[in-house]
Amino acid sequence: MPTTTIAGREIDVDAEGFLTKPEQWDEELAQTLATNIGIELTEAHWVPIHFLRKDFETQKETATLRRVSTVGGIPVKELFALFPGKPAKKMSYIAGLQKPKGCV
Amino acid sequence: MRTLVILGGGTAGTMAANKLRARLAPEEWRIVVVDKNDDHDYQPGYLFVPFGINKIKQIRKSRQSFIDEGVELLYGDIERVDPEARTVLLADERELSYDYLVIATGTTPRPDQTPGMLGSEWRRSVHEFYSYEGMIALKRAMKDFAGGRLVMHITELPIKCPVAPMEFVMLADDYFTKRGLRDQVEIVYVTPLDGAFTKPVASRELGSHLSKRGIKVETDFMIESVDQERKVIVSYDEREIGYDLLVTVPLNMGADYVATSGLGDELNYVPVDKHTMQSTAYETIFALGDASNLPTSKAGSVAHFSVDVFVENFLQLAEGRPMTHSFDGHANCFVESGKGKALLLDFNYETEPLTGHFPFSVGPMSLLKPSRTNHLGKLAFRHVYWNVLLPGRPMPLPAEMSMTGKHVE
Repeated sequence: MPTTTIAGREIDVDAEGFLTKPEQWDEELAQTLATNIGIELTEAHWVPIHFLRKDFETQKETATLRRVSTVGGIPVKELFALFPGKPAKKMSYIAGLQKPKGCV
Repeated sequence: MRTLVILGGGTAGTMAANKLRARLAPEEWRIVVVDKNDDHDYQPGYLFVPFGINKIKQIRKSRQSFIDEGVELLYGDIERVDPEARTVLLADERELSYDYLVIATGTTPRPDQTPGMLGSEWRRSVHEFYSYEGMIALKRAMKDFAGGRLVMHITELPIKCPVAPMEFVMLADDYFTKRGLRDQVEIVYVTPLDGAFTKPVASRELGSHLSKRGIKVETDFMIESVDQERKVIVSYDEREIGYDLLVTVPLNMGADYVATSGLGDELNYVPVDKHTMQSTAYETIFALGDASNLPTSKAGSVAHFSVDVFVENFLQLAEGRPMTHSFDGHANCFVESGKGKALLLDFNYETEPLTGHFPFSVGPMSLLKPSRTNHLGKLAFRHVYWNVLLPGRPMPLPAEMSMTGKHVE
């Protein structure tokens, strides 16, 4: 697995740049990850990111868009507005998690 | 006397019941299968009927005729499972007690979950091919289609048989070519994924087959609604795609009683251990086939291979021993590509579909490359399904995936 330096730290990532060790993540890193993909984090962005992190603790896998919407209570429309184009990928990238595995 | 109740007598439920009946002593184990009616459909045929490759009467048979006589088959709608009391309540108030329960009620297309999908044009200009009724309506619509834009659309993953929509557009290309109409038909493939398929190598190979046929692919499209008056599908990020004939794969969900019983995730699939198919919440419950949240394709091959593993484990469990068999996520799918050819995909949890060849007893079959042999294999599979697979006879296909013949990139 490749590593990369983000915000002055050595971070383990996969071929697409998603973190492979969620424990290397913190909120400061999230800011940098967001900037990497052209997103400026506002309070509204933190709600789904915190949900993803919390859900991952119990589920051991990244929540799908549907789960963020039905369990996390954030409408899909809003997620598209916050993370344009590819919300599932962008949210999980910023949250330091693998992209959701719903797609098999 | 102990009781195993199997909810659902489809591919997984029927195989599990027959295989276990052959190996569990009748004086020690009662096996009960519950399903809503006696219709057992060969579901891969749903895709073939609209193109005239299979006839309607070839794909529906009596459920009962495939279930061992030593298994009790009950017809009824399932209302609720009480996992603490270990009972199943049916809609007509019959109650069944179990020692072990298998949930095998599959996944169902739910057009009601997307606003506008079930409008007055449902089964007229808006279709699906994952049900008996849908297949018949679509056959008529394809026959009557005289030209315009045909849109094949996927609502959200996971879906049953994730290669079927791709097969549909390749078969449609062939179908309209044969009818001399291909110039007047634009075919568009609309997916919520960022490529033609879920796994990289297969996505590249299959994507190239689509572009070679002049089929356009629209990616990252998450549908918000269907506007049947304007004949457009609308995404959450406000893109619109017009259609003359829409063939959609509605949202797939597990059975409602799974949710009512508190046994499901957000799509009513039962969370299970991915190697044993045992519920993560209750040791007395297993989920087989499409009904579980296994992170692999929802496909008949997965039902088949995972049932083989489940049966061995269940026999150990019945004897009070630990379960030692482990399912690797093996899936194996023929993909019809038109012109009398098909591709073959073979993969598991760890290994994505690769190119190469598949070692089969009658000779190697090429992977991810169209061939006549693969097509014949797919056609022959209907007979194998009815005559070998469902009755639980041995198949020369190991449950565990093999790397032999695969090209690792």
